[in-house]
Amino acid sequence: MKQHQPTIIVLGRFLFFLFLVVGSKNVNAQLKIKGTVYANNNNNTLFPISGAKIHWLNDNISTITDSDGDFNIPYSKASKKIVISYTDFRNDTILANRPNLGKIILFPEIALEAVVVEERVNPLQRSLFEVQNVVTVDNREMLKAACCNLSESFETNPAVDVNISDAVTGAKQIQMLGLNSPYLLFTQENMPSIRGASQIYGLSFIPGSWIESIQITKGAGSVLNGYESISGQINSELVKPFTDKNLFLNVYANNYARFELNSRYNTEVTDKLATGLYIHGNLRTAKVDENGDNFLDTPLARQINFMNRWQYTDPENGWVGFFNIQYLKDEKQTGELDFVPKEDKFTTNAWGSEVNTSRLDLSSKIGYVFPDLPYQSFGVQMAYTDHDQNSYYGFNTYDIQQRSIYTNAIFNSIIGSTQHKYKTGISFTYDAFNELVNQQIYDRKDNSVGAFFEYTYNNLDKLSLVAGLRIDNHNRLHTFITPRLHIRYALWDKASIRASAGRGKRNANIFAENQQLFASSRQINIENNNGNTYGLSPETAWNYGISFTQKLYLWNRTMVLSADFYQTRFTDQVVVDWENPREISFYNLNGNSFANSFQFDFTYEIIQNLSVRATYKNYNVKTHYNNGELEKPLQPEHRFFANLNFETVKQPTGKQWRFDATLHWQGAQRLPNTSSNPLPYQLKAFSPSYSVINAQITRVFSNKFELYLGGENINNYTQNNPIVASNDPFGEYFDSTITYAPILSGIYYIGMRFKI
Amino acid sequence: MKQLIIILTIVMSVPLAAQDKNKKEVFTVSGNCAMCQKRIEKAAIEVKGVKYASWDIPNKELTIIMDERKCNLDDVKKAIAHAGHDTELYTAADDSYNSLPPCCLYRDPESIKMEHHK
Repeated sequence: MKQHQPTIIVLGRFLFFLFLVVGSKNVNAQLKIKGTVYANNNNNTLFPISGAKIHWLNDNISTITDSDGDFNIPYSKASKKIVISYTDFRNDTILANRPNLGKIILFPEIALEAVVVEERVNPLQRSLFEVQNVVTVDNREMLKAACCNLSESFETNPAVDVNISDAVTGAKQIQMLGLNSPYLLFTQENMPSIRGASQIYGLSFIPGSWIESIQITKGAGSVLNGYESISGQINSELVKPFTDKNLFLNVYANNYARFELNSRYNTEVTDKLATGLYIHGNLRTAKVDENGDNFLDTPLARQINFMNRWQYTDPENGWVGFFNIQYLKDEKQTGELDFVPKEDKFTTNAWGSEVNTSRLDLSSKIGYVFPDLPYQSFGVQMAYTDHDQNSYYGFNTYDIQQRSIYTNAIFNSIIGSTQHKYKTGISFTYDAFNELVNQQIYDRKDNSVGAFFEYTYNNLDKLSLVAGLRIDNHNRLHTFITPRLHIRYALWDKASIRASAGRGKRNANIFAENQQLFASSRQINIENNNGNTYGLSPETAWNYGISFTQKLYLWNRTMVLSADFYQTRFTDQVVVDWENPREISFYNLNGNSFANSFQFDFTYEIIQNLSVRATYKNYNVKTHYNNGELEKPLQPEHRFFANLNFETVKQPTGKQWRFDATLHWQGAQRLPNTSSNPLPYQLKAFSPSYSVINAQITRVFSNKFELYLGGENINNYTQNNPIVASNDPFGEYFDSTITYAPILSGIYYIGMRFKI
Repeated sequence: MKQLIIILTIVMSVPLAAQDKNKKEVFTVSGNCAMCQKRIEKAAIEVKGVKYASWDIPNKELTIIMDERKCNLDDVKKAIAHAGHDTELYTAADDSYNSLPPCCLYRDPESIKMEHHK
């Protein structure tokens, strides 16, 4: 095995394939693979060929194509690869990863061009066999959106909700199971990444083009990555020097003068060592104010982001390793149109804001697989981060610096046999925070050391489960245990049911997580209860979930139906109370707080190469505030999502058209109470429901070059007055935090990708 | 420190030197297809002491790693024969063999040419 990719990636890529394998092995009696064989003559025209021989590699099953070039062959798990041969044409070997292989094109013996057979796995994978409820998104899915960074890569994905945090910075926040991103664990290659200081802007620090795939796990995650995750885990795998393209170049521009540049270069230093150099830059220079409130609708921005990766693999001796260094500098300026930082900063000439961040990440991973014991391995992960943000919003100053060290050592082995596997290890985390909130200094050092054990049972048939337990000692959270359990059971043919339960515990970084509060005149009110962090006690919640997935073959195409229900119940929470328009209050929960989430998904390929995805979500998120139990503000109860995707058959030269359209519909959202404001500054109790449509067309000219053109919010829905009291930014009613809809209408972009 | 290293070396080398805890064996098991593969591997892994089992379809070889203190090769071969698959030493009883699906009836040389669907 040349590529030592984490198992989850391998799983992601081959889930469909696995599905075929195991599905057919278990139950399906007559799984057949079909396709049509065409010949490509020298004029690049295609015609079906009859009598072409189809057989499985290393297997004796064979058939021939009929007069229309069609064939139908029973699936062979043993072989997995189909060989197509025809006299005077070159043989072709294809990985049979779906029941209908579609057009297979054979090239004349003399043709010099490479055979092009498209291997198609659905870019959004929902596994039947993974114990946890995981959706894997690969980079093709991310190409469906303009996808400038991680926060935008969820726009075509219904498992995650994308919200805009405030009308001033326009930072996109994501939610899962009705809970904000602090309750999610973000990992980059299975190491915690966006946490603490980077909670609000961190998603925009990972360029989309660096991401190879994303794994979204709903509900209680694994104990391997710590105790903090409550509603789920989002892991992003970056491209890897050994497997990535040699050279990749992407440029992007939109009608609001946002420009992006992404380039990647990879080279193999030796057959065991490869390195990659990735650079991302973005720039927004135009001042946009479409809604006429005298405030920029989107900030002026500049970012430079650089990464150098080293990958080492030595399969003979079982060693693998990664070393990464990433440096980022990000600058944003926003506020009133005529705000000039040098002249107007901290004056009442004009309201303005600047957020400047620099960040250094160093990380490494070393893994060893025992050559004689294929089931036994160990790995060590180490990371150091220095995050430094200096910012002001009007007269409010907010600086935060966080230095973190993370180490995790994992040992994998078996108990008795490979039916019983376990992972165990120890981890250590250190965080030093230096915060300046207006004139107030908040410095703190957190450290924790923990040990974990996770047991996996798989009876090679219907039942598998993962049970994990960790014990941690934290200087503020004290000593506590974190249990997590996941069970999967195959009910019947191609159906599985999963259940999960687990507990998470965390410190709330109240300022970093709610930074939008500074872009308002709200007074900060912390109700000290002698807790260890800002005078507040830590948050603890249990999460329970159940999900059901059924895959079907209808007219030889896969249909996936799935439904899940999750409940998160807080035993303690740092409540963020926006209900008084004059202030924002933080206090520990006194009463009930829960988030219920129900989701139903449907995926089907309607006709060849036209697939549809539709999702309905229902949320019931309530918290007991000081003035009673209320729905969580800015949280729609109903959401609907639909995505249509059409691709033409890829031509021998790589030419292809791809079309993609996404609709998001959001129901009414409760708005924070503004009834004590003067009448012009009062908002309704609920926002209207609305839809946003995004669409994109990609033209692939060759395997090396493609052009894309798209629009976001092409139906031009925007929030009328996103900023309360925008005419009086230094008055007591100014508030930019109540954002329930997009602020920019009709963003149109064009971009190109070049790769060799 | 030096003593510690010596002790660790001794402790760690014991299981390796004894060669019985993780004994690797490779032998031929008759069979045809992916269904056979699953049946053979499951029969082997369920023998107490077998830690790892992998049957290669093209060359019909089963690789196992087992704890020789808990079982021996005969136990594994018997279990495989019980599941209907022949090895050099043990031939599957007719009733277990005959209960295999038609495409898995490997004693018939023609069976390998059958459609190996399930």
